[in-house]
Amino acid sequence: MSSILSDELAAVDAPGPADGPAPRPSVLALTFRGILRAEWIKLRTVRSTRMTCFAALVAVIGLGALAAAVSAGDITAPEGPRHAGGFGSATDPTAISLSGVLLAQLIVAVIGVLAVTNEYGTGMIRAYFAAVPTRLPLLWAKAIVVAVVVTAGSLIAAVVAFLVGQSVLGSGVDLGDPGVVRAVLGAALYLGVISVLGVAVGALLRHTAGSVAVLFATLLIIPQLLVAILPGDWSTAITPYLPSNAGSALMTVSGSDTLLAPAAGAAVLAGWVGLLLVGAAWRMRTTDA
Amino acid sequence: MIVVEHLTKRFGRVTAVDDLSFQVRPGLVTGFLGPNGAGKSTTMRMILGLDRPTAGRITVNGRRFVDQAAPLHEIGSLLEARAVHPGRSARNHLLALAATTGVPTRRVDEVLDIVGLTSVARQRAGAFSLGMGQRLGIAGALLADPEVVMLDEPANGLDPEGIVWIRELLQGLAREGRTVFVSSHLISEMALTAEHLVIVGRGRLIADLPVSELTGTSDRVTVRSPRAGDLAALLIDRGITVTSVSTDQLEVTGLPVEEIGRRAFDGGIMLHTLTPHSISLEQAFIDLTHDSVQYAPTEVSTRTVAA
Repeated sequence: MSSILSDELAAVDAPGPADGPAPRPSVLALTFRGILRAEWIKLRTVRSTRMTCFAALVAVIGLGALAAAVSAGDITAPEGPRHAGGFGSATDPTAISLSGVLLAQLIVAVIGVLAVTNEYGTGMIRAYFAAVPTRLPLLWAKAIVVAVVVTAGSLIAAVVAFLVGQSVLGSGVDLGDPGVVRAVLGAALYLGVISVLGVAVGALLRHTAGSVAVLFATLLIIPQLLVAILPGDWSTAITPYLPSNAGSALMTVSGSDTLLAPAAGAAVLAGWVGLLLVGAAWRMRTTDA
Repeated sequence: MIVVEHLTKRFGRVTAVDDLSFQVRPGLVTGFLGPNGAGKSTTMRMILGLDRPTAGRITVNGRRFVDQAAPLHEIGSLLEARAVHPGRSARNHLLALAATTGVPTRRVDEVLDIVGLTSVARQRAGAFSLGMGQRLGIAGALLADPEVVMLDEPANGLDPEGIVWIRELLQGLAREGRTVFVSSHLISEMALTAEHLVIVGRGRLIADLPVSELTGTSDRVTVRSPRAGDLAALLIDRGITVTSVSTDQLEVTGLPVEEIGRRAFDGGIMLHTLTPHSISLEQAFIDLTHDSVQYAPTEVSTRTVAA
């Protein structure tokens, strides 16, 4: 039979032995490590995480293999025509094998969004704000846990997609070739960043459908739309700075005049996610929950 | 111990809480009572730091809530039942909440046992009834062995057995020296559970008193006697009103029954009835909050319907 009072916890709260009137501090303390653990438990104990992670793996590997199969035998010289915007240069074997990222980015964005909006939707966020009154550690912990899980999973998926893709293509490109490791790592990193973008947008909008729509538009529609409606030189000036194209710069080996250099692409991505996280933090901190 | 001082919260032009001050003391159950829309939930949300007060100050165990080293250990709360991801099991839900503050797994199983959810601990919380959700919320409130337990309408959705259970649980927590603060819009339930009441209406403090004072008898007494007229002469005094209802019946206010009985005995007057009128709890509550009910039907509208 258990009492309402927890013997174990109460014992620690009891005054210390002999020499001091001061009570011993409780073992219970709010720590960032504890918050990280809480977020990890929350992420792994819902089925939607397992399903979305599996879907992202299938997207990266399956679509990569499919794209490679479609392109097989179609590789031309590096000077060949380029896609304007969008993912992957048609002539970069590494980028072709990683083209599943195009779909996977939406799936990982949803993982990030759900990590936040699920809690607003159910009201659970308020129980957590009562446990963590300063609130922001919750946002950082969510971003970190989601980023680590998505990046790690994406790295495995990207390596497999690369190997499968190159073997389908018969390209002779391998992980030892210049820029290839950077591109494969870049694909994983990009997906990690996009999942954090999902966390940030979710915390800004607090609503699942709205957040997913905004991310879908930002990652897929706006890049195409800008290319279609802007004059050519405007488009080349602006579109490389969109998150999706900055990500493309990370995972393309051969480079392209429509994309930034990899380092610049990484910086631009970091800028986007930083900006949105600051906005999300400001909203979480200042709005009544 | 919760101390609320001059607390005010405005949402645009609506003042939800208006210069409210009260204290919730340890060792007893304090009921937070008021009609719907009186500002009870808003006040509780401000105590937890969920809403920012427009003005005023709140401390929990002497400190502002944001400054607590282990907030869950200071105040365990339940504001919304079923604030749980429907796909997560009850146990995992509590394990995650426990992790923030370093509460061990053993304690999670202990609180599941206290609220009687052990047998369904690994089932999806989405399949829970309202009452089970309420119990899970209470488990979360007790998780970190808090000094203060604050529950918003905990009896909602519980069956009669559950209501008795929560009453005994809260009284047990108070006996252990904890501060227990429970809101309700039902005076009858609070009268059985609480020893002290903080009553609010339209965001203002209406009363802050022990339950016994609210439930005390009114001072109106009905007396029937064959010599009512003679008795009236013996009773009339300054501050006492005696109304003759019929030839053998009086309504007396301002004198306790004992005194009326003594005077009648001294005067040799036989009594047939001597009845103190206890005022019902509901009536006392309605009298207190009458002017502050926000969504009351007006007499005008009833008349319109009748006509």
